[in-house]
Amino acid sequence: MSALTSRRGLLFGTAAVSAGALLAGCTSNEPKSGKPATSDQPAADDKPGKPVTIGFAGPQADHGWLNAINENAKNRAKQYSDVTLEITEGSNDTATQIGQIETLINKKVDVLVILPADGKALTQVGLKAMRAGIPVVNLDRIFNTPQAYRCWIGGDNYGMGLNAGHYIGQKLKDKPEARVVELAGLDNLELTKQRTQGFDDALKNYPNIKKVARQAAEFTVESGQAKMAQLLQAQKKFDAVWNHDDDQGVGALRAIEQAGRDDFLMVGGAGALSAFQAIKQDNSVLKATVLYPPTMAASAIDLARALGQGKGVGGLAEYEIPASITLYSAVVDKNNVDQYMSTGFR
Amino acid sequence: MTQHVSPPRDGTDKTAPAARRPSVWHGLTARVDVRTLSLLGVLAALILIGGITKPDEFLDGRNLQLVLTQASVIGVVTVGMTFVITSGGIDLSVGAIVALASVWATTVATQEYGFGGILFTAVAVGVGCGLVNGLLIAYGGMVPFIATLAMLASARGLALQITEGRTQIVTVDSVLSLGERDSYVLGIPPLVLVFAAVTIVGWLVLNRTTFGRRTVAVGGNAEAARLAGIDVRRQRLYLYLLSGLCCGIAAFLLIVLSGSGQNTNGNLYELDAIAAAIIGGTLLSGGRGTITGSVLGVLIFTTITNIFALNNLQSDVQQIAKGAIIVAAVLVQRRTASTT
Repeated sequence: MSALTSRRGLLFGTAAVSAGALLAGCTSNEPKSGKPATSDQPAADDKPGKPVTIGFAGPQADHGWLNAINENAKNRAKQYSDVTLEITEGSNDTATQIGQIETLINKKVDVLVILPADGKALTQVGLKAMRAGIPVVNLDRIFNTPQAYRCWIGGDNYGMGLNAGHYIGQKLKDKPEARVVELAGLDNLELTKQRTQGFDDALKNYPNIKKVARQAAEFTVESGQAKMAQLLQAQKKFDAVWNHDDDQGVGALRAIEQAGRDDFLMVGGAGALSAFQAIKQDNSVLKATVLYPPTMAASAIDLARALGQGKGVGGLAEYEIPASITLYSAVVDKNNVDQYMSTGFR
Repeated sequence: MTQHVSPPRDGTDKTAPAARRPSVWHGLTARVDVRTLSLLGVLAALILIGGITKPDEFLDGRNLQLVLTQASVIGVVTVGMTFVITSGGIDLSVGAIVALASVWATTVATQEYGFGGILFTAVAVGVGCGLVNGLLIAYGGMVPFIATLAMLASARGLALQITEGRTQIVTVDSVLSLGERDSYVLGIPPLVLVFAAVTIVGWLVLNRTTFGRRTVAVGGNAEAARLAGIDVRRQRLYLYLLSGLCCGIAAFLLIVLSGSGQNTNGNLYELDAIAAAIIGGTLLSGGRGTITGSVLGVLIFTTITNIFALNNLQSDVQQIAKGAIIVAAVLVQRRTASTT
């Protein structure tokens, strides 16, 4: 106990306090310039109409992509003077998310946009909203039954793999006995299986290409670095790698740089800003990435607004919005990267 | 139960001729007990399996560099964990502290201070979290399991708040270059040198200093230690500080290795570190700890992962085998320990 009042203790205490003060100044994460990614594609119908209150419930934004989902929804809603957005604190806990959505139902919002933490587990609350007369736009993670939503909009995991496979296939189609490796995402998730399935199916069109290795990382930079380092050691020679996720791709690129390898091309997935920048600079192995666009949240707001105002989607002949929209996983490479730069997430 | 494997600290030296030898040598021979030998046996068996299944890729200087590099981050954490477990405590917050330290040290604001700023922040955040853990446990009377569980939750939360889920990419060249081939010293990556240094210092502190003996004494019987004049509370505070320091160093290594900071960093490190320490022969109930064993435990895990990846086995197989190997290693150890 005496140490606490001793000179050593005092010195240590002072050092700790000043270190703390120094550190506190270091939590800022605002870059010097740069504004949040706003989508600048025109809305279907910009003219103000009937006021609509949209309730938005998503999971905890613990991943760059999910964070971009929230920002896309917020920024899109801001563009419309007739839209009021009620956004909940994101949660990964099923019970909490159900509670938040029930609160929105009780508030009698006009339309709900729900990105469930777990689609199956939240089906019931989706049904409840629909029965209460509040149409639901189900974002990305799908409910168990179509009765629980009026419209589903989401990405295409199979298509991601398919397009990545075709891009690599086209690049390597004249190369005899080409070798390809795959750095997959979290194997526990069904979407990882779908992405791999799409990739494998695409490669079947190119008999000269063989997938020689696959390792699964965990969507984190740390795991991407570790798994890619192992893949590089296991495969002394290969021609292309498809990485499911740009976040883990930061680690994968780091491992490639550390190993001093540049004898292959890499295709990413999802569409992170860092990946777009690397593709634009064209000084690494990363040559393209297939999208899983977070702009889907902005589109979900558009759909919700159209639902609330009883309109269809501009550009289509229908009087009603579609029941289901699967987005296209576009391949972004050096040629079209500028167009997508503003949608990249950090 | 433990006395017959780890030799008594006093008494035997007087009769043994080894007493006249230099103390470090004596320590080495005394420490290489059956448990360590069985761990070396497991490692040798793994190397044999790796060498047979993938001779070209596994038995390769670059692969050795790879395995040791991948082991360094969790290795440094495990050294700190070994001290805490030896004292009868537990630190569940190590992974979260690594995450918090790595994101705090890679914010745009911190990166403006360059290499020094990043290193200082990573270590200071680690030590700071360790200090909170230590104060809560030693002076707040909280159970280590609960206090560090609370730290786990809040440190992860704070890390998420700082990053907002984003990946913070490091742009400071002096930090990045430390992880690249050009800065290897005689073929040894700097990360591995740090890991080796932490291991050696940890070994010396645990086996050759009063601090180490106090740690063992507190873990063996805290009440007896207190009666013997040890300030148990202060000792506990220092131990959690030490674990926090190791997490801070590990966070810096992880920043160098991955070139970024992310709130998902250090995922489940607490379990990996505890498993490595237990496999190594550190008693979960306290009173006995071995740095050599812990480091061998880490190397065994890393080598398993490496062999699986080289053979292109998928993560489901990897997880099943990992569990089986933990059980096998502990069973073999119990056998060998009880027959001697």
